[in-house]
Amino acid sequence: MTFSARLRRLAGGLLLTLFAFCAGPGTEQAMAQGSSAPDISAPLAQLANDNYGDTEAALGALALSGSPAAAGVVAALADGKLVFSTSPRQVYIRGDAGLIDPLTMQPVADAPAVKPVRVNNRIRRAIDAANGALSLVSPDPAKRMEAANAVGRSRDEAALPALDVALAKEADPKVKSAMTLARASIVIGKEGISPAERIAAVDLVAAEGNQEALAILRSVPASAAPEVKQAAAAAIDAIERNLAMWSMAQNVWYGLSLGSVLLLAAIGLAITFGVMGVINMAHGEMVMLGAYTTFVVQELIRTYNPALFDLSLIIAIPLAFVFTGLIGIIIERTVIRFLYGRALETLLATWGISLILQQAIRTLFGPTNREVGAPSWMSGSFEIGQLSITYGRLWIIVFAILVFVALLATLRLTRIGLEMRAVTQNRRMAASMGIRTNWVDAATFGLGSGIAGMAGVALSQIDNVSPNLGQSYIIDSFLVVVFGGVGNLWGTLVGAMSLGVANKLLEPYAGAVLGKIALLVIVILFIQKRPRGLFALKGRSIEA
Amino acid sequence: MSTTQTRQPALLGTSGLVFLGVLVAAAVLVPILNLAISPDSAVHVPTYVVSLLGKYLTYALLALSVDLIWGYVGILSLGQGAFFALGGYAMGMYLMRQIGTRGVYGDPVLPDFMVFLNWKELPWFWYGFDWFPFAALMVLLAPGILALVFGWFAFRSRVTGVYLSIITQAMTFALLLAFFRNDMGFGGNNGLTDFKDILGFNIQSDGTRIVLFVLSALALGLGYLLCRFLVRSHFGKVLVAIRDAETRVRFTGYRAENYKLVAFVASAMLAGIAGALYVPQVGIINPSEFSPANSIEIIVWVAVGGRGTLVGAALGAVLVNYAKTYFTSGMLAPYWLFMLGGLFVAVTLFLPKGIVGTFYEWRARRRERDDIPGESPGELPGEPPLAEPKPAA
Repeated sequence: MTFSARLRRLAGGLLLTLFAFCAGPGTEQAMAQGSSAPDISAPLAQLANDNYGDTEAALGALALSGSPAAAGVVAALADGKLVFSTSPRQVYIRGDAGLIDPLTMQPVADAPAVKPVRVNNRIRRAIDAANGALSLVSPDPAKRMEAANAVGRSRDEAALPALDVALAKEADPKVKSAMTLARASIVIGKEGISPAERIAAVDLVAAEGNQEALAILRSVPASAAPEVKQAAAAAIDAIERNLAMWSMAQNVWYGLSLGSVLLLAAIGLAITFGVMGVINMAHGEMVMLGAYTTFVVQELIRTYNPALFDLSLIIAIPLAFVFTGLIGIIIERTVIRFLYGRALETLLATWGISLILQQAIRTLFGPTNREVGAPSWMSGSFEIGQLSITYGRLWIIVFAILVFVALLATLRLTRIGLEMRAVTQNRRMAASMGIRTNWVDAATFGLGSGIAGMAGVALSQIDNVSPNLGQSYIIDSFLVVVFGGVGNLWGTLVGAMSLGVANKLLEPYAGAVLGKIALLVIVILFIQKRPRGLFALKGRSIEA
Repeated sequence: MSTTQTRQPALLGTSGLVFLGVLVAAAVLVPILNLAISPDSAVHVPTYVVSLLGKYLTYALLALSVDLIWGYVGILSLGQGAFFALGGYAMGMYLMRQIGTRGVYGDPVLPDFMVFLNWKELPWFWYGFDWFPFAALMVLLAPGILALVFGWFAFRSRVTGVYLSIITQAMTFALLLAFFRNDMGFGGNNGLTDFKDILGFNIQSDGTRIVLFVLSALALGLGYLLCRFLVRSHFGKVLVAIRDAETRVRFTGYRAENYKLVAFVASAMLAGIAGALYVPQVGIINPSEFSPANSIEIIVWVAVGGRGTLVGAALGAVLVNYAKTYFTSGMLAPYWLFMLGGLFVAVTLFLPKGIVGTFYEWRARRRERDDIPGESPGELPGEPPLAEPKPAA
């Protein structure tokens, strides 16, 4: 953001600059001088006249000279450190120790009597202009790049001469192509350009393929030759198709991001609901507890060791897992275990628990939103093509995938995972084989709750941390689990991702609320078609 | 169900008679205590209490509608609040049209919120709501048709148990979002309010309040009789059989989905009537009535009173709501949610049959011990276990 603001400021400054610059009478002279010799002795002599007209002309010439010394002279003029002597008529820069020769940058041995070169408002504008043009030939490639982009954006015809000078000198291929593009964007709209040159410019701009290129191509003047207009129209078509694809890709990205949030919220539920048959309405509150754990961890870090702030989330993840997991085990041992086999009644009891937990948090932390900060590595964004990707979302997707893989591995590869699957498939048989099903139930519920807590850490980054946090996820989470198919983690993954992407793809057409409603209706209809979800467990029982 | 066709339970058992007796007594006494007793007297019932009691009665009717499908068919609908709210909105639309030029903007046709949204004409779905019989019909049809369509799809594809609960919840959530939108033409966030009169009577006056209260009592009584009639008929027995073993019922040649559909639609209509009586007494209907939490709360009323007992559902609704009024208005307000949550947990753990169900059980055990022959328990014999079959993995 700061970067783009800086660019905008630069572009604005340059525009002003170039306007003033074009008014300067030194242009032709500078053009004649060309790029070969960065000889600035003529404009320096002009400066020594201490006449506003001459000074302005000299500034114009300096701007186009591309000489490294020119920047120093212009800066000295701006600071009032440019001085001149009448005999010999010559300019010097006033340094800390004495006078300096602007060409050689060496101190002058026997200093003559000097007066500062006078500056008025017109000259100050010309100084700004010269600075802008000089940044096109600045020794720093990054600066040249910025200047080239700014000129391209401003599309000011007056910048053409300076741009041509800079182009001729440019060695860095990246900067050169930026300058070529900037030049092409100016040329497209300029009067009196040959069709061939204009078409070449159209092609150059079209290759950029973004919104700005589109705007530039649309500005082909009506007076242009028909073949130019045709080329521009074709290029506009191609870019629009391309952009539509990118915007689709952007929506898919948002969808995946939403999907990963849904996955995080739902995957714990998939365990308690899918594996144990318990409808845990307090699941959302486990997510909320995880978010509040993050809040507490951050508060403690802020108080005792602010240097660790960037690690706060990493610290919070295991703590949230353990804390909510313990709460889950307590709930299982005190309430749920008396309700096995009565799925619909677990719904009521856990709903009651969710009310109690919400009110407890409201009493402890207050009903308002709590501020959870983002560590530095989660803020900012980068771009791929026309896609804008924020680090926060990216990390949440990565985290969701990690949690999914870890859970899958736990169920597949560990002893407790094996026992969980055994109990799921045949509780009595598993018990007969010596598995302590009670203990497995508690561990499963604790695992599901702990994962919800970890989800809370991630959600604290994108949602308001308030006692109602869990409520907003519980319905979506259930839909994801039911849509994906109960008892199947892959189903939950596919369910979460497809609901997330579908939601974001519907949004541009239907708006956020209608899109959500449409999605709910779609899921309701889908359940009619496949009452056991996307990935139904196949079994021989007729009644589930 | 007992297999031998022994005694047909009476339409009204002891508890049913007591229930209706209390209801009639309330319908007679409350108006007298409100109108005939001087306001200074200790037994005077102020008008606000009349409306409060009326509200409880509509909640009781709503609970009854849930008990009909949950207690007797095993359909745990987490979207019953949607039918209640739809009935309420139908009534609210009628009341809005009755405001006429007395609104803030004084538009003779458009309700205030439409003028505010700069709408030029009445949307088509508001046509006819200025005519009470049409509105009354809509109170039944709006929830009824939604239940018919929803149930037809769901029961035909054999969506049962938890899955059904979750999609009913999705349904009410979708409606909640829809009614929050201003573009829907139902007043958006604020809903419908500022009612002036109903059938020409001032909605604020004591007389109207009393009449609404008596009507609520009447509706509850009739609703109870209707449910009672349904569940003790052959139809009702099939419903209970579906609750306990749906597949077996289907194998015996019954179209289980049709039975469920009829019960579901009847229940939705009852809920709609409850909503229609609720709105004039509280004076507002807004989208929050659709919120999934509300629907879950209804389930708790039924669970507290006793699932599958009808009387218990009504009792539970009144008790829980009385407790809610009592606790949320005093210094105990911050603890109400603890109470309510604790109640949920306690009832499911310690009182799985609810107050009335536990009482029946106790009475049945005592009769067995005393071996009193002949006397019918008055309720459906052999209340089946409440346990749901555990989903087969």
